Amino acid sequence: MNGQRRRIPLWQGHWLGLVLLAATLFAVPFVAALGGQAWVRIANFAILYVFLALGLNIVVGYAGLLDLGYVAFYAVGAYAYALLASPHFGIHLPFWVILPFGAGLACFFGVVLGAPTLKLRGDYLAIVTLGFGEIIRIFMNNLNAPINITNGAQGITLIDPIRIGDFSFSQTSTIFGVTLSGPQKYYFLLVALAILVIMVNMRLQDSRIGRAWQAIREDEVAAKACGINTRNIKLLAFAMGASFGGIAGGVFAAMQGFVSPESFSLMESITILSMVVLGGMGHIPGVILGAVLLTGLPEALRYGIEPLQKAAFGRMIIDPESLRMLVFGLALVLVMRFRPAGLWPSSLRRRELSETTD
Amino acid sequence: MDTLLQQLINGLTLGAVYALVALGYTMVYGIIGLINFAHGEVVMIGTMVAFTVIVFLAGSGMPPLVILGIGLLVAVAACMVLGWALERIAYRPLRHAPRLTPLITAIGMSIVLQNVAMIIWGRNYITFPPMIHKEIYELGGASFTNVQVAIVCLAALVMLGLTYLVQRTRIGMAMRATAENQQVALLMGVDINRVIAMAFVIGSALGALAGCMVGSYYEIAHYQMGFMLGLKAFTAAVLGGIGNMAGAMAGGLLLGVIEALGAGYIGDLTGDFLGSHYQDIFAFIVLIIVLMFRPSGLFGERTGDRA
Repeated sequence: MNGQRRRIPLWQGHWLGLVLLAATLFAVPFVAALGGQAWVRIANFAILYVFLALGLNIVVGYAGLLDLGYVAFYAVGAYAYALLASPHFGIHLPFWVILPFGAGLACFFGVVLGAPTLKLRGDYLAIVTLGFGEIIRIFMNNLNAPINITNGAQGITLIDPIRIGDFSFSQTSTIFGVTLSGPQKYYFLLVALAILVIMVNMRLQDSRIGRAWQAIREDEVAAKACGINTRNIKLLAFAMGASFGGIAGGVFAAMQGFVSPESFSLMESITILSMVVLGGMGHIPGVILGAVLLTGLPEALRYGIEPLQKAAFGRMIIDPESLRMLVFGLALVLVMRFRPAGLWPSSLRRRELSETTD
Repeated sequence: MDTLLQQLINGLTLGAVYALVALGYTMVYGIIGLINFAHGEVVMIGTMVAFTVIVFLAGSGMPPLVILGIGLLVAVAACMVLGWALERIAYRPLRHAPRLTPLITAIGMSIVLQNVAMIIWGRNYITFPPMIHKEIYELGGASFTNVQVAIVCLAALVMLGLTYLVQRTRIGMAMRATAENQQVALLMGVDINRVIAMAFVIGSALGALAGCMVGSYYEIAHYQMGFMLGLKAFTAAVLGGIGNMAGAMAGGLLLGVIEALGAGYIGDLTGDFLGSHYQDIFAFIVLIIVLMFRPSGLFGERTGDRA
């Protein structure tokens, strides 16, 4: 590495790698299915989180706006889907109507929240977004009386799966002689969406807007002096991040068939933020790595800790659920302790960091 | 009228607790400019330690107030050690790292502390043994207990003491100097590491105290209680202008009162459309409104943008 930023498009000179990557991505749902459909679902969640983390990466990584309430937009998307495609109101709209609507609604919320608050400095913005996330969650939890809109803490069940004509994503079917289960089909849908968001992120990174974001992140006053309309550009980052959150929410609702306020706690926002920071803020491969690791690690621990304890002590000494989270917390601390810029930081950030510590 | 007075009294009690916790956030923020996300968990550990000590000593025949005092002291001591350890593990090694890195380690520590607490004290609510015989006083149609009086008085005393410490003692001067400009303070011979550690230790001691107050006020404790409490207290600190100690005290009291009034009146205001379970959103709505008009909080100085 000579520290120069590579500007070669990903598809040039990397075709072998790309083929390998595509083959791996294709194989994952079939290999995972050997361990049971639960593992396919875990893979699906990993990709959903890649999607979410890349959406948040636009806000935090590129524009440098600390958003602790990202899950609010995810929730808006999920509830938009749930209300418009479930027996709750008896409305059953097709997904290609709802997903863009959910994205637009989340985007609208992003602008509503962002417009008055984006002049705040970093940590003030963080707490305002956090508060907004909590407000949304509390409303979802309580909007069941006097008019039942969100069905309160019970959540909304029996949400329609994504369906194209007679082809439903929730049932097992055979395509070209290959039998695919519901989760496996969602896997391919999610991979397609993830590729879309990766493309958007990549194209944004070196675009005029992307460079404006980075300028704001590094020095807002200087960026303003260079003629960047900082308010609009920051708002754009917020709105884009929010709409990705909205799409992810819609897919989540369709995939689970069930949403409840519990899925949209502050902890969720924090987990997504951890993925972005732990992987390497502002660096697409890093963020993807962070999302996959932080989804996979707790699951791996779930399956690993019980037998390990039994082997070591002959019985369960410590509640595996809390031990799992304990290890997760420790992992966060240790990784950041030894790799402060994240596991896979961009070369630019790595260089900045070594300069400041000198 | 009696609702108003009643809610004011309740709000003042809650606000005193918020103010103490908010001081912990604001001291650390004022000195190193970082949100100590694990502070809420320190408060929770304080409550739990006090609970264990009190239950342990309950059968010893000592007078209840002495037991309560010992519980409080042990909790404060434990939290001071914890605060010191937090700084050493999660903050000191990362002082020159990118700004978000310590935030993630703090979140990690917070997850660790929560789960340690769950392993030790279980996942159920635990009942805090009532050590003070509750007496109820009436005043103009509103009632309050001696526990509430004790909380407010103790909090006021501690805040006075803290103000004295920061404004009049050598270590306080060192703290103010470090908050003003670390480099220059270092050149003047201030031991920066010690000052930062002190901020964590003092903040945690206040947190432990607040934890004991919450415990004896609500008489229950839970391993997740630190989360919402920390969030509210942090909101209070931001409301007052983070980094500003007087702001944290005022913000805490204000937030407590607003919350109590909001919970008391929301039903009347919205024609019973929204009930008191919306209590938690007041804190955030007020915060957003205040920050829209005063971006550095109510008492915060107008500072320039920090890179």
